[in-house]
Amino acid sequence: MTLRVRTLFGACAICALSTAATADNIVIATVNNGDMIRMQGMTDDFTAKTGHTVEWVTLEENVLRQRVTTDITTKGGAFDIMTIGMYETPIWGKNGWLVPLDDLSAEYDVGDILPAMSGGLSYDGTLYAAPFYGESSMIMYRTDLMEKAGLSMPEAPTWTFIREAAAAMTDRGNEINGICLRGKAGWGEGGAFITAMSNSFGARWFDEDWNAQFDTQPWADTLNFFVGMMNESGPAGYATNGFNENLSLFQQGKCGMWIDATVAASFVTNPNDSTVADKVGFALAPDNGLGKRSNWLWAWALAIPAGSQKVDAAKQFIEWATSTGYIELVASKEGWANVPPGARTSLYENPNYKDVPFAMMTLESILSADPNNPTVDPVPYVGIQFAAIPEFAGIATEVSQEFSAVYAGQQTVEEALAKAQTLANDAMEAAGYK
Amino acid sequence: MATQHSRSAARLMMAPAVILLLGWMLVPLTMTLYFSFKKYLPLRGDSLANGLEWVGFENYVRFVSSSSFWPSIQTTLIIVGGVLFITVILGILLAILLDQPMWGQGVVRILVIAPFFVMPTVSALVWKNIFMDPVNGLLAHLWKFFGAEPVQWLSQASLPSIIMIVSWQWLPFATLILLTAIQSLDSEQLEAAEMDGAPVLKRFWFIVLPHLSRAITIVILIQTIFLLSIFAEIFVTTAGAFGTKTLTYLIFQRVLESQNVGLGSAGGVYAIILANIVAIFLMRIVGKNLDA
Amino acid sequence: MARSVTSQRKTINTVAAWTVGLLIFFPILWTILTSFKTEADAIASPPKFLFFAWTLENYAIVQERSDYMRFLWNSVIIAGGSTLLGIIIAVPAAWSMAFVPSKRTKDILMWMLSTKMLPAVGVLYPIYLMFIKLGLLDTRIGLVIVLMLINLPIIVWMLYTYFKEIPGEILEAARMDGAGLREEILYVLTPMALPGIASTVLLNVILAWNEAFWTLNLTAAKAAPLTAFIASYSSPEGLFYAKLSAASTMAIAPILILGWFSQKQLVRGLTFGAVK
Repeated sequence: MTLRVRTLFGACAICALSTAATADNIVIATVNNGDMIRMQGMTDDFTAKTGHTVEWVTLEENVLRQRVTTDITTKGGAFDIMTIGMYETPIWGKNGWLVPLDDLSAEYDVGDILPAMSGGLSYDGTLYAAPFYGESSMIMYRTDLMEKAGLSMPEAPTWTFIREAAAAMTDRGNEINGICLRGKAGWGEGGAFITAMSNSFGARWFDEDWNAQFDTQPWADTLNFFVGMMNESGPAGYATNGFNENLSLFQQGKCGMWIDATVAASFVTNPNDSTVADKVGFALAPDNGLGKRSNWLWAWALAIPAGSQKVDAAKQFIEWATSTGYIELVASKEGWANVPPGARTSLYENPNYKDVPFAMMTLESILSADPNNPTVDPVPYVGIQFAAIPEFAGIATEVSQEFSAVYAGQQTVEEALAKAQTLANDAMEAAGYK
Repeated sequence: MATQHSRSAARLMMAPAVILLLGWMLVPLTMTLYFSFKKYLPLRGDSLANGLEWVGFENYVRFVSSSSFWPSIQTTLIIVGGVLFITVILGILLAILLDQPMWGQGVVRILVIAPFFVMPTVSALVWKNIFMDPVNGLLAHLWKFFGAEPVQWLSQASLPSIIMIVSWQWLPFATLILLTAIQSLDSEQLEAAEMDGAPVLKRFWFIVLPHLSRAITIVILIQTIFLLSIFAEIFVTTAGAFGTKTLTYLIFQRVLESQNVGLGSAGGVYAIILANIVAIFLMRIVGKNLDA
Repeated sequence: MARSVTSQRKTINTVAAWTVGLLIFFPILWTILTSFKTEADAIASPPKFLFFAWTLENYAIVQERSDYMRFLWNSVIIAGGSTLLGIIIAVPAAWSMAFVPSKRTKDILMWMLSTKMLPAVGVLYPIYLMFIKLGLLDTRIGLVIVLMLINLPIIVWMLYTYFKEIPGEILEAARMDGAGLREEILYVLTPMALPGIASTVLLNVILAWNEAFWTLNLTAAKAAPLTAFIASYSSPEGLFYAKLSAASTMAIAPILILGWFSQKQLVRGLTFGAVK
């Protein structure tokens, strides 16, 4: 089949009708985030350009992960393109489960991809997934409330300042919480936030011999600070708040500050959805003076499973969806604020994009994240809000469930950390690290 | 009564169903057993094709010694027991109510059975977001209307919330079976008791309840089968946080989230044992009741 | 009804029953109502019950995002196919259990039911690997087979209880008249058992329609039924109550309507014939 397609490609290279003769139908698994839904709506443009048709499998994030992981580990071949993140890519690439993206066309310009992104989506120097959009995390705050509290936000604040500012902005009678943060269980939800935050407190998941580190002081400091601050100034029930819950709280004007994904900036400044669209300022995620900030790095990226029968068509799709051409297409239809951010250097050099209020702070946040040296003390793993080892997702989900139980007032910080320590060490032992 | 001929014919006719189910049970069971003695970490490149390392009973020991194991058994039993309790009690009350003469009985019955048609995923999503959300949920609005602080349903009352959602789904089933049973109750017997001056409670206890015992047994049997394996309701609402990890969910975490198929398979074997204990227990009561 | 009822008591009954009925039905009603609201109205505080600007835009958005008919059609085929196949296999088995019972009949029945208690997730990998080997991944026939197997115990058991209610003398009489086994099943048994079979079919269509583990994990683009359709509507970004409600309504409406129209059979089906 592939051979036939190749031959046809060769034979018809000069004839303009070649696309019709080699039309393939590819199956793409993706997550139901807004940018992906938008991409789904633009599929016609891809079909018009290449002749290939696309079938979408759009699933909620947790279901998607479970679905694509089962398929890739069993070499099921149900999908031609999978939407995966920075966590999965190096692990799967290492196992030889992904098609290397080392022969993308010259006009695609791989060099234009932000180095932080291509670095996180490579294994051993080979790119295995192309970033559809990338993100770091930063502070989004209400300029009006900050002013009312008589404070001004520095460009690179400390946690101490954030806690004070949060307390000053809180006005529970008027349903205004000084700060909204993720507390929801799940390694990609509250787990990601607390891990990134712990980095700035000098904590780490594992030492160089893969011993869990939850019995160390920096972790206790992190959790105590977090719980203390949220009890002073956070919304009720923050133990179940994830990205979306906080987004809607912020959009409804119920948060003074929100530290979360940079992609959220376009939602909170969109006057159609946000009641506070014109009163939002941005700053770098806070630090503690230890040399590490608490921002993360993530990308949703497109990758081709090694078993796919339609590698050529799949590559064409990836080139289309992650190209500057696609960015321009979205810009022309939905405006510059809605283009997928954080993937390409050229976007941030584009004068049209520079007018977007959050563009530069997003770039600065991404550039300040270093997945290879995420913590104050050295660690054996790569990744900021995760450790890129196969066991991490399982462990971190359970650990974050223990933490969420603390946020809900069901156990103490000490109890949670003790449980986390045991279960992390158990899982590492089960996986053969010790 | 049956001839030799019809006996062998009967065996022949039973064969397809029995063989299919045997296969459906044995093939996965054998594979589960096989995996449970192996180190099988798909994300580390372990695969059937490469051969798996034999680890003896390590997975079994590890699964039970995990701090999540006993709580998960407890959670499973609480959820199953809680839902059974609620659906049987409310089911009886509702059945008695629906048996009374009234206007529009048919329509009321339609309203009552409706939740049974709703997919578990849909029901979990709707309850979690539209009703139990602490900010925008309808219940939060209700609480605020009465001047109360809205409840954080899925964190502070996680188990009761899940039991409530599942009970809502299964109440129609219990009600209908019990209603049919009540309708078949000899009304003359009840009237005679009424004339003798037996009070309502006594009539219920000595006449209605014994008559319902068979129906209650059916409700318990069928519901237990389905409740032991509930998954969607937990996956969607709490994803196992706040003490809602059932044994099924724990296995899911081991197999899919931790990608440790060997460990998960050992958990699967435990779950099969638990299911069989429950099954034997049920058979004792049900077998007795069904023969009647 | 022999009991004399005062109209006062009937009124009280009616009010009580309707209140409870509406309360139980309310979550569904509210979901349907929400599906016709704008996203802003869906989270309005205080909530708007009937007086809001009714709109169909959520349905339009959902339809634009995912081709509802394709998912619906897959659901119909999978639920219908698995039930049909299950009935074909279960009728002879249930017949022989009911009319030629042996000492082990009850044990076999209980064993069949107990196969339903195995946790599905524990065997996901084995089944997935088998599906790949057999080329059944993301095919409707694969799901038809799996769901048939899952529901087969229930089907056999229900049919067994119905068949047992049929008096044996009728079969004896038919045999005296020289009817063979085939005629016996086809012309005597089946017509008598038809209502029971109908009830069984209905209940199993519902169970298969709502099954959400295998239908989600063994499909991709081609065979995905409505359970997969709904899995993309708990949005991670922004307001989504109205869209979620619209998608939910679309996912449950067909089975809700089917259930309501065939209420009588279904009620009988739910009683498993064991309750008289």
